Amino acid sequence: MAGWYALVVVALMLAGFALARGRAQSVAGGNYAGMHSLPSYHGLYTASLAFIPALITFLVGSQIAGYLATQSAISALPNDIQSDILRQGAALREAVNIVRGGPVGAASAEVQSAAANYSSALSAGQWITLALGALAGLAGLSWGLSRVSMNFRARNAFEKLVHALLWICATIAVLTTVGIVFSVVGETYRFFFDPAIKGKPTVFEFLFGTEWNPQAAMRADQGDIQTAYGFLPLLTGTLLITVIAIAVAGPLGLFSAIYLAEYASPRVRSVAKPVLEILAGIPTVVLGFFAALTVAPYIRGWGETFGLNVASESALAAGVVMGMMIIPFISSLSDDVINAVPQSLRDGSYAMGATKSETIRQVVLPAALPGIVSAFMLAISRAIGETMIVVMAAGLAANLTFNPLDAVTTITVQIKTILVGDQEFDSAKTLAAFALGFVLFFVTLVLNFIALKVVQKYREQYD
Amino acid sequence: MDMRPDPLIMMTTQAQAPTTTPTKVAAKNVNVYYGAKHALKDVSVDIPEKSVTAFIGPSGCGKSTFLRCINRMNDTVASCRVEGLIQIDGKDIYDPALDPVQLRARVGMVFQKPNPFPKSIYDNVAYGPRIHGLSKSKVELDQIVESSLRKASLWEEVKDRLNDSGTGLSGGQQQRLCIARTIAINPEIILMDEPCSALDPIATARIEELMEELRHNFTMIIVTHSMQQAARVSQRTAFFHLGILVETGSTSDIFTNPTDKRTQDYITGRFG
Ligand SMILES: Nc1ncnc2c1ncn2[C@@H]1O[C@H](COP(=O)(O)OP(=O)(O)OP(=O)(O)O)[C@@H](O)[C@H]1O
Ligand SMILES: [Mg+2]
Repeated sequence: MAGWYALVVVALMLAGFALARGRAQSVAGGNYAGMHSLPSYHGLYTASLAFIPALITFLVGSQIAGYLATQSAISALPNDIQSDILRQGAALREAVNIVRGGPVGAASAEVQSAAANYSSALSAGQWITLALGALAGLAGLSWGLSRVSMNFRARNAFEKLVHALLWICATIAVLTTVGIVFSVVGETYRFFFDPAIKGKPTVFEFLFGTEWNPQAAMRADQGDIQTAYGFLPLLTGTLLITVIAIAVAGPLGLFSAIYLAEYASPRVRSVAKPVLEILAGIPTVVLGFFAALTVAPYIRGWGETFGLNVASESALAAGVVMGMMIIPFISSLSDDVINAVPQSLRDGSYAMGATKSETIRQVVLPAALPGIVSAFMLAISRAIGETMIVVMAAGLAANLTFNPLDAVTTITVQIKTILVGDQEFDSAKTLAAFALGFVLFFVTLVLNFIALKVVQKYREQYD
Repeated sequence: MDMRPDPLIMMTTQAQAPTTTPTKVAAKNVNVYYGAKHALKDVSVDIPEKSVTAFIGPSGCGKSTFLRCINRMNDTVASCRVEGLIQIDGKDIYDPALDPVQLRARVGMVFQKPNPFPKSIYDNVAYGPRIHGLSKSKVELDQIVESSLRKASLWEEVKDRLNDSGTGLSGGQQQRLCIARTIAINPEIILMDEPCSALDPIATARIEELMEELRHNFTMIIVTHSMQQAARVSQRTAFFHLGILVETGSTSDIFTNPTDKRTQDYITGRFG
């Protein structure tokens, strides 16, 4: 059906464009200079006038058709199924399956008649929608045609339509973000305050509890189980791994950026930079593999030679590999901003008798600082949000520790652990994932805010 | 001992009259290439100490190139190759034993476009002294900063906001800040490449006054496209054309009776 809709829309637009342009040409009679808008603008305007109502009709109509079809399918079901939401849903899914070409054999007679109802109602609705949409498009088209004249400002009118289109796109993008935030906030609120949810912690217990063990909370279901949702070990685990990652990637990334931007010959640069960027393209699951099977045993063996007790899954292994993952973010972006520092500043410094490294340290890096800070912030956000490497290399044990040789877990890993497998969406355990997501979101927001402030404070204007 | 005056010296002294100051920078048969492009051809010139020498000539004739040879800024251009002899105080500055970084501390440079560092006004001026360890204490550094800003006649305008960013000043103030920054390392020679081209007439006048004061202590070489400016501020003028040093002499001679037809055409505005 979508194919028919698209066909009609395209046909209407092409027809609108051609007709309006032709009419405008004949109205002008060759006197284009005396016409406000060129014929092709009349064409574009009329094509848009045909497109918009047709599209809206199709979007709305197909929704209504779907709804009506469902209603007619329900009416074919026996009363006892109709009254039970769960069974009604199951029967409907079965009916829709049949309509889409699934096996009919096993279905009961009621379901089969529901399927028949559904299918006939749906196709009727869709054909009606198609007809209505075509009519609406034709109406728009003819209205557009009727407006073609020497003085009609099709160019400006089309400009307004473009403006509206861009506004709609921007609004959708913003609303999506707002919607996600609201959904997370809403579920988080339910987690903490909805009395229907059993076995959940208070905000205080969540934020300052030192034990994280939602599995236990599932099994027992009463008592002092609330302490199972202590968020602190996840926070420390996340911070620990992020700090290790930045400690690895910060110097390596920044120094390689400085080398590439200031010291490397163009040939070295043209090879080394893409190679570094390939590192960013390695799927994190591969990196996680590498962390768990290569780096972690190596660190463990190395620790044992010093008589240290290293867990086979350690924060250090995950952090180091995560550091490798974010090196390209830091190096590539920093390289770009260092290159963007005007050569005149370097010349000024050299002319004062400064050496290259003095110039870099005292002039180039301060000038590039805002960009470098943004690069670090992006890298930190990536590190905080990374899941796969940690799952594979750092383990799931929620230890409250700052020892990089212990196994730890992070916020993202716990969200993933909670939501893997079948879940009821009303349990405290599932909602805890939203609370974690909210905190994660909040932490990244704060980081971005700090970065923004730093960037604003040190921003320099070069023209 | 032969007491006869050297005829060559006699001639040059006559041409250079009335000043007979010693030579600070001497260039002999300097050729500069950018890759295959021959940008300066056989330039030989003597630049006297404690005076202002102006380089004039049409765009692309190699004035900046020659200026940048004197503090070896051309070293930072990979494709650039310099041949010939350039001496400061009789010492070859392209001698491999000489450190270009230290040379640049003796030969300061002010650029066409003001390029203050993204630092506070104070730190801009203190930049050179800090790098070269010119002050033993904070007090001494403060003094250097203040006196440099005073010499650049910027002190009164910025003394209350030394900690503000240097990039927040107006264009003319920025250029004077760059001059102050250069003075602060107490160079022997100051090179200025069209220092007023981005400035309004008032700021230009201030910088010209400044050059007039500075020439008593420094050897100054300026590149300018303004004949009036060259005539106002310089004692000697060198005219470049297509990579060749056509003519050099005292400013009044060059402007009143140039010997070369090309010089005459240029200063009377017939080409350029
Ligand atoms: N970095 C460079 N690479 C290649 N060629 C260059 C470079 N710098 C200058 N040149 C060339 O050398 C010649 C002299 O340039 P230079 O900058 O010295 O001219 P100029 O006299 O200062 O001109 P203007 O008055 O426009 O500043 C020009 O032909 C220019 O194209
Ligand atoms: Mg120049």
